[in-house]
Amino acid sequence: MTLLDVRHLRKVYQGRGRDVEAVRDLTLAVGAGELVCVVGPSGAGKTTLLRCVAGLLEGTSGEVRLDGRPVVGPPPGMAVVFQEYGRSLFPWLTVRQNVELPLKEKGLGKEDRRRLVDEALAAVGLAGDADAHPWQLSGGMQQRVAIARAVAYEPSVMLMDEPFAAVDAQTRADLEDLVRSLWKRLGMTVLFVTHDIDESVYLAERVIVLSNSPTEVLEEVAVDLPATRDQLTTRSLPRFAELRAHVYKLIQQAKNGQRPVA
Amino acid sequence: MNALRKGVQLLGLPVLLIALWWVATVNSDNFFWPPLSEIAGTFRETWFTGRFTADVLPSVGRLLAGYGLALVLGVGLGVAIGSLPVLRAVLEPVLEFFRAIPPPVLVPVLMLFAGIGTTMKILVIVSGCVWPILLNTVEGVRAVDEVLRDTARCYRLGRRARLLRLVLPGASPQICAGARQGLSVGIILMVISEMFAAGNGLGFTVVQFQRTFAVPQMWTGIILLGLIGVLLSLIFRVAEARLLSWRNE
Repeated sequence: MTLLDVRHLRKVYQGRGRDVEAVRDLTLAVGAGELVCVVGPSGAGKTTLLRCVAGLLEGTSGEVRLDGRPVVGPPPGMAVVFQEYGRSLFPWLTVRQNVELPLKEKGLGKEDRRRLVDEALAAVGLAGDADAHPWQLSGGMQQRVAIARAVAYEPSVMLMDEPFAAVDAQTRADLEDLVRSLWKRLGMTVLFVTHDIDESVYLAERVIVLSNSPTEVLEEVAVDLPATRDQLTTRSLPRFAELRAHVYKLIQQAKNGQRPVA
Repeated sequence: MNALRKGVQLLGLPVLLIALWWVATVNSDNFFWPPLSEIAGTFRETWFTGRFTADVLPSVGRLLAGYGLALVLGVGLGVAIGSLPVLRAVLEPVLEFFRAIPPPVLVPVLMLFAGIGTTMKILVIVSGCVWPILLNTVEGVRAVDEVLRDTARCYRLGRRARLLRLVLPGASPQICAGARQGLSVGIILMVISEMFAAGNGLGFTVVQFQRTFAVPQMWTGIILLGLIGVLLSLIFRVAEARLLSWRNE
């Protein structure tokens, strides 16, 4: 069942005397419970796509539908994890308050909020840091808080905009595993935007490769790796290397300006 | 040891200046520069035998009333102007004009409308204090982080939560900076408003002393004003530190 449906999305930024067509014609669908990664060369309009899907940006034409309803503003049931973890947490609130704030706005009772916050913080391994302020935590931990906030929100779909681009390699591996395990355990739908080819293959059930700007979908690659993945064994599978090479080749083609055959 | 050093750092220069003043005027027979000992001698008698409640408290009361009003007005309007680009575009030229008018020049005008009573003095204080608070609030609101704004939108924070959890705390460092400037402007205007026309107050009393050649008493008034300024800024600092305690220590 399709949960998130993007049809013929086009986005033109109106500049001073010069219009920039960032996204030309994007059509993609994400099924309920799927984990899909979107990769593309830098400047491919990945963030534009994500902002349109999140309802933060209005497309010039085409449409985005979540659960059958057109997205015109940030829809309920959608959580976003931004790349800039340091700027997406409220520095004047504690970790607990950060996770709890959206739940308050949802109108949940005190007991429910407490339970959801505790569970989410435990799930990301931050049960002991509920009363810290974000700036007292490392970058990786801050991004965990942002993930906990998204998880506690119980979204039907979670959008992630290059969430691990700004953390170190070891932390990144841990966080990738965290996303996989949360996705499997909670049955969420995840749309994960990244520029990292390895990351996209390791995480996703399906990788959508974008062309360069103005953006279209170049190819969709099904990732037929075992469901249980770990950093060591999965990444050394021959199939992983094949998929990785395939996506890599596509990205190179995209960079050279190759467009999908109509 | 550390506390001692801090104490010396804090009080060293004031003590030195007082000592200099003391020594420089100890044998002074200049009528306008009485010995500091004489000034100090009349301090208690001048201010703590009735004038504290008759003059000091009314002055400080008017200052606090005007300052409080300016805070509410400045922050309220500032949030509105900072949040609505249209409002800002319309109001900016007018605001620049009013801000450029030195508030003391409003005293004669305000006297015509509001008389010479407490209302006039409070209005004068408000008319000066409000600008740094207002303009800093506008800038602070505009500078609230974009990613944080997006986050608030994505999680569908309502109007109230956006104001209380996003805009006001986000702008609070700038608001505090404006409020600090506003406070010192307020003290100046408190005194000035009482110099034009008043029946009591610190500014009124100092001018009164000067006109009746009560020179040591006049000096005590100036010293008292300085002390009140220091006390208020200390209180402000404590409040600011509590308000902004979430910032990296």
